[in-house]
Amino acid sequence: MAENGMDHGSETKYGQWHRRVFEGNAALFAVGATIAILIGGIVEIVPMFTPAGPEHSEAITPYTPLEVAGRDIYISEGCYLCHSQWVRPMRAEILRYGPWSRAWEYQYDRPFQLGSRRIGPDLHRIGNKYPDAWHYEHMRDPRSTTPGSVMPPYPWLLNGRIDAADVRASVVALRKTGTPYSDAEIAGVEESLALQGGEIVSRLASAGIETAPDTKIVALIAYLQRLGVEGKAALQAEGAEY
Amino acid sequence: MPATAGSTSETAGYHVERSVSAATAATATSVVNYDDDIVRKFFIATAVWGVVGMLVGVIIALQLAWWPANLGLPWTTFGRLRPLHTNAVIFAFAGNICFTGIYYSMQRLLKTRMWSDALSSIHFWGWQLIIVSAAITYPLGLSQSREYAELIWPIDVAVTLIWVVFAVNFFGTLAIRKVKHIYVAIWFYMSFVITIAVLHIVNNLAVPATLLRSYPIYSGLTDALVQWWYGHNAVGFFLTTPFLGLMYYFLPKAADRPIYSYRLSIVHFWGLIFLYIWAGPHHLLYSGLPDWAQTLGMVFSIVLLAPSWGGMLNGLLTLKGAWHKLRTDPILKFMVVGVTFYGMSTFEGPMMSIRSVNGLAHFTNWVVGHVHSGALGWNGMLTFAVLYWLLPRLWNREVAYPKMVTQHFWLATIGIVIYTVSMWAAGLMEGLQWRAINETGQLANPIFIDIVHRLEPFYWLRLLGGVLYFIGAVMMLINVFKTIGGPERVTADDPAAVPAN
Repeated sequence: MAENGMDHGSETKYGQWHRRVFEGNAALFAVGATIAILIGGIVEIVPMFTPAGPEHSEAITPYTPLEVAGRDIYISEGCYLCHSQWVRPMRAEILRYGPWSRAWEYQYDRPFQLGSRRIGPDLHRIGNKYPDAWHYEHMRDPRSTTPGSVMPPYPWLLNGRIDAADVRASVVALRKTGTPYSDAEIAGVEESLALQGGEIVSRLASAGIETAPDTKIVALIAYLQRLGVEGKAALQAEGAEY
Repeated sequence: MPATAGSTSETAGYHVERSVSAATAATATSVVNYDDDIVRKFFIATAVWGVVGMLVGVIIALQLAWWPANLGLPWTTFGRLRPLHTNAVIFAFAGNICFTGIYYSMQRLLKTRMWSDALSSIHFWGWQLIIVSAAITYPLGLSQSREYAELIWPIDVAVTLIWVVFAVNFFGTLAIRKVKHIYVAIWFYMSFVITIAVLHIVNNLAVPATLLRSYPIYSGLTDALVQWWYGHNAVGFFLTTPFLGLMYYFLPKAADRPIYSYRLSIVHFWGLIFLYIWAGPHHLLYSGLPDWAQTLGMVFSIVLLAPSWGGMLNGLLTLKGAWHKLRTDPILKFMVVGVTFYGMSTFEGPMMSIRSVNGLAHFTNWVVGHVHSGALGWNGMLTFAVLYWLLPRLWNREVAYPKMVTQHFWLATIGIVIYTVSMWAAGLMEGLQWRAINETGQLANPIFIDIVHRLEPFYWLRLLGGVLYFIGAVMMLINVFKTIGGPERVTADDPAAVPAN
């Protein structure tokens, strides 16, 4: 309470030097402010690119072209706004979803999709939890598989198509960011799409669902069905309890 | 609310720019032709985009209570509209009021017209074009899905260019200022201009795949860290520092009192901008992010309470001796409630950054309540105060419906209370039910959708709170247009001259 309003603006002893030097010099002030706001970010972000950053693991493979296409749909629809991909190391979460999410499981995630809200359940261990047909029906009408669900239906994914050239562009760009796709994998994008899409189509067919390998729903199923699977397998192999 | 007998005479003649040294008083008398046209443009944009952004908020609130409101169309699902809501209220509503206030106050504080009218104009139209392009691309499903940085890369490039235009004009104006000492409001504006540029550019470094899609150069948790460094400091440097700048200019103006403490403003300015930038990792507590980074984020978030409350106290104590005005002046009502909500949400934020509290609060509606106590309470209320204060001055007209201003205040305040209380209750409930373990060691609520259903009444309540707040904003828009369309003041009252001295 040293200053009452009346003293404000007068040349107090306290105020003199920085008023004159700092607050009277816009360039110097801007430099000072820039330094102040850079320090925290540098200290926190730069070590992420060193061994002090998130761990890496050979157990995780890059997304296949079809999974990339499915992930692009997940990103486009804003799924992360209702679903997290982040099981926390807490008893209730492990019971509900499975092993907690390790840093290296996200190593090829560009952009990350951890999410910040659980309007619906977490999806990081959704892979292999339900059959492909469940996902198909769930996207067509969420209430057919989860009575009382508040999720909107996504019927346009059933007929919408992915474009192989577009997927190729994504895979090429991802390689530029550092995802280790081989030349053969880049050359074989179309083949890979048809192969993996065909597998899902035949699994859906055995459940009585007719669809094509280049539909958006097939790509999305490919992505969802791999979520958390490799990480969980690696954790089980090394004997981690959760 | 004591009003000392001598207060009127003691404070007569005191103005915000009193902090400006006496030597400049002479120049203040020379006529400066301020560019108020640009201020009026940003003003209208604020009022209009505010209503649009809040309307989308009301729609997505309804979607959570009643899913058929997703309308069965790709363009109107929650996942596509939610970024539209957040971006509209942050970058369109809050962004435009920052520019409104900056263009108005910095010209007057520095006693000069903006450096370049052309750059001002490019800034205005460029920014509105960016908003329109966001409003088109999000419903089309064109999004990077990185929270609060969802814009696709060509629009990100446009944001960068327009920000450079703004920054050049901003620093150009500082360079030609007629006042030596730079008032505290401008420090805060400066941190806004600098930091948003750094955050936006570093966070959006990406490799384009097509014209509409790109992938960030960061992956996994590094991407998460960079994005929350950006995301939390969008709160810090888009929704806090420029608004504190507005507070430092418009609160003393409205209260006709000098700022409580110059010394406190120095300490809390430097404290705030230095500490804020570290706080991002509190969004990633209990993730696989290295522990040292999580702990840094938590510790700095807690320390951040001190400079935040320094700002709140400096704002509230400025009203010392002017509290009686609160009874009659709706603009001060908006300001006081706004600054109080700033204090509340900057207390709640550090608390939620404590690891164990975060364990309960994270992923729940509590976070939504927290965000809205800041956004509706602090940003919204301060914005309304500044708009109502500027309205008669910018157009030289009496406010068409003065009583409606007070009605707006009460609607908004009641709306915020209903909103935040319902979201706190909902968040605590779902957080506790997700984690509840029964006596056999199993989940007490194993069926996720059961918990979702229990939230429904809270979602309706939240919708009610949001609708009240929205109605208030619509009333303001009506008042604005009615005022502008009304007759000019009879007295030859130069609006530019009023706040100058």
